[in-house]
Amino acid sequence: MADQDTIRQVEELKKYKYGFETQVETEKAPKGLNEDIIRFISRKKDEPEWMLQWRLDAYHRWLQMEEPRWAKVHYEPIDYQDLHYYAAPKKKTIKSLDELDPEILKTYEKLGIPLREQEILAGVEGAPKVAVDAVFDSVSVATTFREELEKAGVIFCPISEAIKKHPELVKKYLGSVVPVNDNFFAALNSAVFTDGSFVYVPKGVRCPMELSTYFRINERNTGQFERTLIIVDEGGYVSYLEGCTAPMRDEHQLHAAVVELIALDDAEIKYSTVQNWYPGDEEGRGGVYNFVTKRADCRGRNSKVSWTQVETGSAITWKYPSCILRGDNSVGEFYSIAISNNAQQVDSGTKMLHLGKNTKSRIISKGISAGRSQNTYRGLVSIHKKATGARNFTQCDSLLIGEKCGAHTVPYIQVKTPHAKVEHEATTSKIAEEQLFYCRARGIPEEEAVALIVNGFVREVIQKLPMEFMAETQRLIGISLEGSVG
Amino acid sequence: MLLEVKDLRVQVRPEDEEAEGAVKEILKGLSLAMNAGEVHAIMGPNGSGKSTLSHVLAGKPGYEVTAGEVLFDGEDILELEPEERAAKGLFLAMQYPVEIPGVAYMQFLKVAVNAQRELRGEEELSTPDFMRLVREKAQKLGISMDMLKRPVNVGFSGGEKKRMEVLQMAVLEPKLCVLDEIDSGLDIDALKVVADGVNALRDASRGFLVITHYQRLLNYIEPDFVHIMVNGRIVESGGKELALKLEREGYAAFQDAA
Ligand SMILES: Nc1ncnc2c1ncn2[C@@H]1O[C@H](COP(=O)(O)OP(=O)(O)OP(=O)(O)O)[C@@H](O)[C@H]1O
Ligand SMILES: [Mg+2]
Repeated sequence: MADQDTIRQVEELKKYKYGFETQVETEKAPKGLNEDIIRFISRKKDEPEWMLQWRLDAYHRWLQMEEPRWAKVHYEPIDYQDLHYYAAPKKKTIKSLDELDPEILKTYEKLGIPLREQEILAGVEGAPKVAVDAVFDSVSVATTFREELEKAGVIFCPISEAIKKHPELVKKYLGSVVPVNDNFFAALNSAVFTDGSFVYVPKGVRCPMELSTYFRINERNTGQFERTLIIVDEGGYVSYLEGCTAPMRDEHQLHAAVVELIALDDAEIKYSTVQNWYPGDEEGRGGVYNFVTKRADCRGRNSKVSWTQVETGSAITWKYPSCILRGDNSVGEFYSIAISNNAQQVDSGTKMLHLGKNTKSRIISKGISAGRSQNTYRGLVSIHKKATGARNFTQCDSLLIGEKCGAHTVPYIQVKTPHAKVEHEATTSKIAEEQLFYCRARGIPEEEAVALIVNGFVREVIQKLPMEFMAETQRLIGISLEGSVG
Repeated sequence: MLLEVKDLRVQVRPEDEEAEGAVKEILKGLSLAMNAGEVHAIMGPNGSGKSTLSHVLAGKPGYEVTAGEVLFDGEDILELEPEERAAKGLFLAMQYPVEIPGVAYMQFLKVAVNAQRELRGEEELSTPDFMRLVREKAQKLGISMDMLKRPVNVGFSGGEKKRMEVLQMAVLEPKLCVLDEIDSGLDIDALKVVADGVNALRDASRGFLVITHYQRLLNYIEPDFVHIMVNGRIVESGGKELALKLEREGYAAFQDAA
């Protein structure tokens, strides 16, 4: 039996290369969720009283709420008392990378995010700069390029630090896009969130480099609840990347994040995600439950937010990055690739709420299902009475590989003004045998052919990704679909 | 011998008829032999099984071989995957080239070249070397680099698709080229360009199996042998004069033989 398990694990390892575990000493909160645990987290983070009260308020609201059941996903009930809500590497906060636990440094190197090299590269001319915030379980362990960003006036730091150093910004914006009682998972996150990234781009500043956060769940039975808050002031611009991985575990891991974006007048935010949490094995054992609330508020006139996401991991994905188009002439975009294989379940999409005049939104969603997976696009386009001149274009394309998977498109459209234009196009197709054979007759093996055809199918979205992510994404698509044919 | 097809019998199971016995035999004991350096033409009426033969040679799924052998370079290839046959040097220019949206032709070609090399245990071709190779071959076929940036066959005209098939062949340098109606849809000038492309590849180590309906192509690509295929069998073989006879008399005479 043990042998069987080892064999299975080794085989799985070939597929999910981020599945290793890091041995570091950690400090954990006891299992369970109650006021004491929340006080414990707040104390660990050395938080001001107002933050603690905010959390407790969220906790009490959460207790009144019910887990949503409307998504097309099925899973065993989660026992919220059987989780750790805080886990942190023992070593305290660090000043430079030299102080970081070498095991953690190695972890990020293995993940292809060499933190140290990121810093070294800074000296190399022409090397692309990407500032990285590395979040390991419940805490941010390192943020690179901080000084250089500070010079430009950009604040990029762990949110736990922002709470202490920039309370006026945090108080003003935290929960202003996703209110604590927005939904069950958002309330839970608000009560127990441990870390995440904070970005503030001041008036008229174009952030001089890409910012990125890499989330890593390492500990067993530990939920990850990160919180990201990005504010771009008038005329500012930032491009932000988010990547996520987790070790392979037989049990499910819970990830419930909240991301809030605020764009003021003429500001622009480009937010890209490559989500590659452990998807579980072929039978559906293990894998991350990914329940995420991501929302952008285009608060200012002429503001713009683009969400680009590549979803390949997680056992269950429940995620709808949305835009509130409040400012006149504001623009919201959603470009998505969602791949599901084996027993994965994806219910994802977006909400575009048009409140301001002449607001525009564009939704391009590419869903690929293989194996026995279920892939649902769920989208809402809502145009309010005052949003005259609003326009939306939606295109949802689904691609099926094999006979046992499913693709579903659930568009909701509400238009309350006659002065708006909404277009919706949807297609579902299968990889044609003819296409596969054509590739194979040219010497391209079947799996590679599938990856090639799928990459073609999602090209429009891939082109929206920052350069650094393009090649990785193309490779990831190949890996995610391994074993999907034959 | 480059290719030997011996008494090949092939059937298909039409898709929506699950019932036992709902099979259709298409190739009914077909034999054919060709040496390296030779050009063989196959002519035959619509539905006689020419494309089926080409598909079975290339390993397309969906056909059931019930009897016979296919030896390529002396090796039985019927159990090999299509990609393995391709890597061994078998190329099929298809009657209906397939569209692959979103995949640039250049990328497709590069993946194909390197996939074949990998299957053969050879090193990857570097991007500059690959580009040089493609540019040179494309120029000869009058194919612009712009065309290679477009997705594979999407929106290409019939003639352009055929031209691109020949480009693939030129880049992949196979040993056996099966050309299924490479002349259909070509205008007079394009026919000449494509034929020149094929002729440029003719050499002592390479063989061509040219499937066509029109004698005209054979004026440009001169065959060593012409085979007439009717109802799943080769019913007559001869030199290139056979094509002329066919042009004059039609298939009636041969149909009786079948
Ligand atoms: N999958 C299939 N199911 C049913 N019938 C098939 C299938 N494939 C081929 N056939 C039939 O087999 C016969 C031979 O087809 P094939 O395409 O090989 O002919 P061909 O000689 O290439 O004709 P053409 O000159 O028109 O290209 C036709 O009658 C065709 O309808
Ligand atoms: Mg044919």
